[in-house]
Amino acid sequence: MTPMTVLAAEGGHPLIPAVYDIVWSALCFAIIIFVFWKVLLPKFRAVLDERSSAIQGGIEKAEKVQAEADAALAEYQKQLADGRAEAARLRAEAQEEGAQIIASMKLQATDESERIISQAKSQIEAERQSAMVSLRSEVGGLATDLASRIVGESLADDTRSANVVDRFIADLEAQTPAASASASKEA
Amino acid sequence: MAPGLEEFFPAVFLFEGTGFDINRIIMVRILATLVLLLFLWLALRKATLVPGRVQSAVEMGFDFVRKDIAYGMLGKKDGDRFFPLIASIFFGVVALNITGIIPFLNISSNALIGMPLVMALVVYVVMIGAGIKAKGGLGYLKGELFPAGVPKPMYILVTPIEIVSTFVARPVSLTLRLTFNMLVGHLLLVLCFAATQFFFFEVGGISAGFGVLTLIGGFAFTLFEILVAVLQAYIFALLAAAYIQLSVAEDH
Repeated sequence: MTPMTVLAAEGGHPLIPAVYDIVWSALCFAIIIFVFWKVLLPKFRAVLDERSSAIQGGIEKAEKVQAEADAALAEYQKQLADGRAEAARLRAEAQEEGAQIIASMKLQATDESERIISQAKSQIEAERQSAMVSLRSEVGGLATDLASRIVGESLADDTRSANVVDRFIADLEAQTPAASASASKEA
Repeated sequence: MAPGLEEFFPAVFLFEGTGFDINRIIMVRILATLVLLLFLWLALRKATLVPGRVQSAVEMGFDFVRKDIAYGMLGKKDGDRFFPLIASIFFGVVALNITGIIPFLNISSNALIGMPLVMALVVYVVMIGAGIKAKGGLGYLKGELFPAGVPKPMYILVTPIEIVSTFVARPVSLTLRLTFNMLVGHLLLVLCFAATQFFFFEVGGISAGFGVLTLIGGFAFTLFEILVAVLQAYIFALLAAAYIQLSVAEDH
C-alpha cells in the first residue's frame, strides 16, 4: 500500500476512516435523511392518500348510484304493482256496479210490467163492466119490447117491468157460474 | 502492478487539509447523493393520481421499503415512525453502491468505511433512543441485558454476551458488512479488467484467450455487483428496522 498523499497516508487504512470521509459521509447522509423526511416521503404519502381517497370516493359514488338505481327500480315495481291492484279493484267495482245496475233495471222493468199488466187488467175490467151495464139495459129494453109485443099488454108501469127484467137477468147469470161474481157485485 | 488498497485513497484535489478534502471517491459520493435526490424529486415533484412510468417505479420502490421492510419489521405504527430513516438508508445505500458499476465512476463510495460507519451510528443512536423512549433508560437496559425468562444465575453468562452482541456487534457488523462488500466487489472488478488489459495488450498472442475469460468474469461480476448493491441496501435497511424493533419490543 503506497498512499499517494499525506492525507491519504493518515486515513490510508480501510478500517480507520479519514476525517474528510466522516465529514462528507455525515453531510451526504444528513442531506439524504432531510430530503427524504421533509420532501420526498410527504410527497409520496400525499399522493398515496390522494389516490386511495379517490379510489374510495369512486367506490362510494358507485355504491351510491347503485343504491339509487335499486331504489328507483323498487319504486317502479311498487308503482307497477299498485297500478295493477288499482286496475283490478276498479274492474271488480265496475263489475259489481254493473251487476247492481242490471239487477235494479230488472226490478224496475218487473215493476213496470206489473203496473202495466194491472192497469190493463183494471181497464179491461172497467170496459167489461160498462159493456155489461149497457148490455143489460139494452137486453132489458129489447126483452121488454119483445115481451110487450108478444103479450100485447103494455107494461106501462116501469118499476114492475124493471123488476121483471132484473129477475130475468139474474136467472140468466145464475145459469152461467162464471158471471156469478160480477152478478153478486152488481147485486 | 496489481491493484491494491491504494485504489481507495486517490489524490485529494479540492479543499485539501480542511477536513472537507475532496478526492475522486468523495466526489462520486456527493454526485450519487445529489443525483439520487434530484431523480426522486423530479419523479415525485409532479406526482399525479394516475402515475407515469417513472413515478410508479419510484412509488413501487418506496412502497416496497414501507410495506416489506418498515411495516414487516416494525408494524404499521412504528413502521411509519421510522420509515424516513429506513427509506433513506435503503435508497441512499443503493445509490452509493451502484456507482461501483457505472462507467467512469467505477467505484462505490461505500467502500470507504466512513459512510457505512455514519449510517450504522445513526441506526445505533436511533435504536437506543427508541428503546429508551419506549421503556425508559433502566427499563431498556434491563430488557436488553437481562432478557426475561432466563434463570438468574445464567445472567453471568448471558449479560456479557448481550452487551457485546447488542451494543458492539450490531453497529460493527452493519459497518463492516457493507464496507467490505463494496471494497471487495470493486477489487474483483478491477482485478478482472486489469487482467484483461494485461492479457490483451501486454502479453498478447495466445494468452489473449485468458483475457477473454477474465473479460467474461468481469462482466459476470458486474452483474453480480448490481445484485450486491441492492441486496446490501436491503440487508442494511432490514437490519436497521430489526434492531429498532428489538429495542421497542416489549419482550424478545
